[in-house]
Amino acid sequence: MSSPTGPAANGTFLGMPAVPPRSPYGTGHLRGERTFPRAAHDELDNEQLRRNLGKATHSIRAKRLAVTGELPDWEQLRDAGSAIKTDTMNRLPELLEQLERKVTERGGTVHWARDGVEANEIVTRLVRDTGSDEILKVKSMATQEIGLNEHLESQGIAALETDLAELIVQLADDRPSHILVPAIHRNRDEIREIFLRHIPGVDPALDADPARLAAAARTFLREKFMTTKVAVSGANFGIAETGTLAVVESEGNGRMCLTLPQTLITVMGIEKVLPRFEDLEVFLQLLPRSSTGERMNPYTSLWTGVTPGDGPQEFHLVLLDNGRTAALADRIGRAALNCIRCSACLNVCPVYERTGGHAYGSTYPGPIGAVLTPQLAGMHGAKDDPNSSLPYASSLCGACFDACPVKIDIPSLLVELRHQHTEQSGTTAEKLAMKAAATVMKRPGLFTTAQKAAGLGRVLAGRDGTLSRLPPPLNGWSDSRDTPAPPRQSFRSWFASAEGAAAMRAAAAEGARNTDDAPQEDS
Amino acid sequence: MRIALFATCLGDTLFPEAVKSTAVLLARLGHDVVFPPQQTCCGQMHVNTGYQREPVPLVRNFAEQFGDPSIEAVVVPSGSCAGSVRHQHQDVAERYGDAALRAGVATVRAKTYELSEFLVDVLGVTDVGAYFPHRVTYHPTCHSLRMLRVGEKPLRLLRAVEGIDLVELPEADVCCGFGGTFAVKNAETSAAMLRDKMGHITGTGAEVCTAGDSSCLMHIAGGLSRIRAGTRTLHLAQILASTRTVPHVLTEAAR
Ligand code: SF4
Repeated sequence: MSSPTGPAANGTFLGMPAVPPRSPYGTGHLRGERTFPRAAHDELDNEQLRRNLGKATHSIRAKRLAVTGELPDWEQLRDAGSAIKTDTMNRLPELLEQLERKVTERGGTVHWARDGVEANEIVTRLVRDTGSDEILKVKSMATQEIGLNEHLESQGIAALETDLAELIVQLADDRPSHILVPAIHRNRDEIREIFLRHIPGVDPALDADPARLAAAARTFLREKFMTTKVAVSGANFGIAETGTLAVVESEGNGRMCLTLPQTLITVMGIEKVLPRFEDLEVFLQLLPRSSTGERMNPYTSLWTGVTPGDGPQEFHLVLLDNGRTAALADRIGRAALNCIRCSACLNVCPVYERTGGHAYGSTYPGPIGAVLTPQLAGMHGAKDDPNSSLPYASSLCGACFDACPVKIDIPSLLVELRHQHTEQSGTTAEKLAMKAAATVMKRPGLFTTAQKAAGLGRVLAGRDGTLSRLPPPLNGWSDSRDTPAPPRQSFRSWFASAEGAAAMRAAAAEGARNTDDAPQEDS
Repeated sequence: MRIALFATCLGDTLFPEAVKSTAVLLARLGHDVVFPPQQTCCGQMHVNTGYQREPVPLVRNFAEQFGDPSIEAVVVPSGSCAGSVRHQHQDVAERYGDAALRAGVATVRAKTYELSEFLVDVLGVTDVGAYFPHRVTYHPTCHSLRMLRVGEKPLRLLRAVEGIDLVELPEADVCCGFGGTFAVKNAETSAAMLRDKMGHITGTGAEVCTAGDSSCLMHIAGGLSRIRAGTRTLHLAQILASTRTVPHVLTEAAR
């Protein structure tokens, strides 16, 4: 364990300049217990999961392409979204202070939380002050990230998720596996089972018809909406100019929570701020089209402070850092904070499609999770930190970059994080191999010699000219792929040979003949 | 036109037939093809695996070998290596290079093309006079598709091939699962992606699956060979270089 012990800590301060203090990394559910390849191994075995995921991502992909394709200015919208977010990150402190001022002016209270521990404590205290021991939850990534439900439970406060999919996951004592569709890994029959087992008083004859399942959940939730006094939400956007908070959703359960209770507590990651009210115009087009493939989401709730006699009479905004300042401080990594959590990148990712959200270990799965998680929580929390395997959980195919409504160049960020990881991880066998390869390849003479040596691989090949088993670390590759034995002659030696020269002359002569027959415009 | 061929380390060593076809094809089109003999590797494997410092000498060597002003274009029979030269060399040079390297990289990158781009955009040819009487399906590799945006260019070239029966590949734009060291570091996930890709390929009934990248084809061919599927893989250049006079003969052994 290499905990940073500064000069002051070990008492040998000799006037050396200290390492500049860096922003703390995030806490909570940002780190899994297993590395990606290990966790993926188990998930790949789960046939049902792969079928559910494949079906869900395929249908949502097609819907997204249809509704983004119909907008003539989709590319300009993406550019606008990207520009607004980049501007926001460049002056985040100023915008957050403005947001605080506006929320306070409108009768809300703003709290600042450096990490998940602080945020959880603040929310717990606020709930206690109301005298209530149960709360309703609006689906929120920020509270997932800090493990708020678990913390509240440990403090004797019951938190109930009201988003249908979140509720399914909560009832099953499971973890969400998708940003937007947390129960994407479950099918209807499984959901029916979960409801029968966990919803008090549910009709035992309940079948797996989606409408009936939804109705069963609605009956259960309605009762709760009418009686619970405190709700906790996240926020999709917070407008600095006006102090307005925004939540977009499909079911309307969120709106129930945002309007019925007496007290509303919103936990918002500091990167969710937007400068102006009119910026919503851009994001309310980008978000639903990218996430659910709808032209507009069914419910958009906006609220500004408190309004006497209407809606919650007490409003608290908890601004959560939890590693975001650390990400912001990284010139290149900062781009990941532009994410609006639409999940389009998950839905197009061939790795996510096969391994599911749990393989990533973090609250944030998929391509953006592989970038955001190591940035928020770091890659050196433990030896063989699971987070350090995340930037490698991608074939760099680039489908995520194409899909992202705010044009986050996820592949380049992944490569950058890989670079940061190898720079920090000291001397490894891989690094030595990479150095050796570079040494050979920078010297053409050595490279040619190595090519000849590679040709010896023919000796090891089977009769079909392929190698079917390779030594570690290549054995994973050779478990399902044959490798061709190197050919007798490299291209360069063919090109330099009399045979190569003759072939090139013949081709040139043929070209000259063709040119005589039918002159080409290019010659 | 004086064209320098960048064979790529993989093409030079393991898939020389694809590079030979490229050379022959360009010569047949009336161009002067040269092979700067000191060339080695673009360094993509290093960069993608997370090493930006180590490939500096490779990037420098590339810029030196192909920087010669008499070279009008550098043609690469690989979408991902062309992508690396166009998009990654600059990053490496910015981070660890000197002014000379940055300038060198910028010069070379502006004249480097993947084969199909070069044929269609620079030479303005889509019919290269090829003859290939087989059922073929085309897999657009990720870097050709998304880093270089070659789009329909390879398909336009293939459609003009005499005798070809070109069949569409379902879910063509989904990654085959190669991703360089990804296939080693996340071998099982990569294999799951490969299985689906192979299913789509064999489902077309094609004799040949072609692409513009030997690396992805190595992955796909390795899988097809393991399951003893009858389908072969051939680099796009090999199909384009096949003519009535010198036809490519589809045999199991020819590679
Ligand atoms: S990275 Fe882009 S595509 Fe992925 S969730 Fe965030 S905004 Fe959506």
